[in-house]
Amino acid sequence: MYTTKAVYLDNHSTTPVDPRVLEAMLPYFTNTFGNAASRTHGFGWEAEKAVDDAREQIARLINAKSKDMVFTSGATESDNLAIKGVVEFYKDKGNHVVTAVTEHKAVLDTCRMLERKGLATVTYLPVDRYGMVDPDAVRRAITDETVLVSIMYANNEVGTINPIGEIGKIAREKGVLFHTDATQGVGKLPVDVEAMHIDLLSMSAHKMYGPKGIGALYVRSKSPRVRLTAIIDGGGHERGMRSGTLNVPGIVGFGKACELCREGMADEAQRVLRLRERLKDFIYAQLDEVYLNGHPVHRLPGNLNVSFAYVEGESLLMGLNGSVHPIAASASLPPIAVSSGSACTSATLEPSYVLKALGVGDDLAHTSIRFGIGRFNTDEEIDYVGERVVGEVRRLRDLSPLYEMAKEGIDLKSVAWQRD
Amino acid sequence: MAYSEKVLDHYSNPRNVGSFAKDEPNVGTGVVGAPECGDVMKLQLKISDDGVVEDARFKTFGCGSAIASSSYVTELVKGKTVDEVMKIKNSEIVHELSLPPVKIHCSVLAEDGIKAAIADWKRRRTTDTKAAS
Repeated sequence: MYTTKAVYLDNHSTTPVDPRVLEAMLPYFTNTFGNAASRTHGFGWEAEKAVDDAREQIARLINAKSKDMVFTSGATESDNLAIKGVVEFYKDKGNHVVTAVTEHKAVLDTCRMLERKGLATVTYLPVDRYGMVDPDAVRRAITDETVLVSIMYANNEVGTINPIGEIGKIAREKGVLFHTDATQGVGKLPVDVEAMHIDLLSMSAHKMYGPKGIGALYVRSKSPRVRLTAIIDGGGHERGMRSGTLNVPGIVGFGKACELCREGMADEAQRVLRLRERLKDFIYAQLDEVYLNGHPVHRLPGNLNVSFAYVEGESLLMGLNGSVHPIAASASLPPIAVSSGSACTSATLEPSYVLKALGVGDDLAHTSIRFGIGRFNTDEEIDYVGERVVGEVRRLRDLSPLYEMAKEGIDLKSVAWQRD
Repeated sequence: MAYSEKVLDHYSNPRNVGSFAKDEPNVGTGVVGAPECGDVMKLQLKISDDGVVEDARFKTFGCGSAIASSSYVTELVKGKTVDEVMKIKNSEIVHELSLPPVKIHCSVLAEDGIKAAIADWKRRRTTDTKAAS
């Protein structure tokens, strides 16, 4: 449906598989198709070798031991396994978990489920106006009952990077395990499980130019040794922490993706950051009343999350999306894929809980757009997106009664709105 | 989300966008919704002395369906009497634009908007009449 000219700027959502990753995977669908757990023949041995190599590539990216990597279906499963697994295993030690309000739903909903079942009490730490967790707040929240601290590395909506090294150090001092959902950070930012005192780490291949359906949970085996109760029982694969036949092609692709990220990280971060600043500078130069959501400096290089005041996010998406719609297609403008924190784009009809946690008002949350820039975006694409965004925002502001009122000098906060 | 062709048409080519001066005689203005809720519509009707809608304008902050709903009602009301306009139901908008269930509130807002505009016109006319007598 999309033309090849479509511009994909939703790289926090997922990324395309790098052609080099695909190439590495292909033999493992057909020729080298063995079950890595088959010990009695060459097909199994070859598959096992491929998995071992990939495990090594993945572990190296985060400075972990390869045997500490447990393969899962993705970061949601990794988060579930880390949190449920620790809470269950250490239930005699305590039942308290410390996390933050801006975590991904895979963490938040897991915590809420444990609370509902009476298996854990959870402290949800607030964040500052940039979305950052205060390490001292983590320290204060830890009690004698605390078994786990779970704080994400980089936020998926606003891109804010948490000081996980400091948080890890505090947890270690207090003798509490530290889990980080590093799904958005791994492959884009340096991660070192030793230096950062990380005990458990969730990651996912498809956020880093690998295939969907494969992820990993790093589970520290030494100093301290982390124990988990499995969620999926079966053949005792992955040190008994996650049974099930290994997804060999997926794992091979994941390994290759990690290797490519490790080799290219510094250059890529710089390149992607430059593209982001190019887009940001253009938008800021052309439009008034654009507000940055998240931290100005401590954020993912590819993340730009801004609110275009007086322009509702979904209507802007509609304008940018183009070619899935017959009319825009006839105008032959390549569509642009981005996402919004507007209520209208969520299943719950509530604006983004992450923006709310940062103290962004519902009015501005409705106008937020997330641009996720990645490996395959070009200068030409960024310039095109800048032009289109500015054009659409201007058009929609001409349609907006709020922009008109603001320009007339009316304080929108003082208006007695007629709510439905 | 898939939008109907009519929603896309109104979104891409909105009808009757703009504003009448609020103090213009015979203009009724309705502003409904709230920025925190993600949609605000301003609908204005220019109504003749014998109670016929001669012209209409709108400005809308909201999703594509909200923009389309308000654009469509500005077409719908023209030439209708005040009594006829007051009988317009949101279901007509839903039907015309094929709005999905999650977007029905956009049509409700548009209906509220024209009613608020008529109420404003009536209120101002009463005040004007009083002032004149």
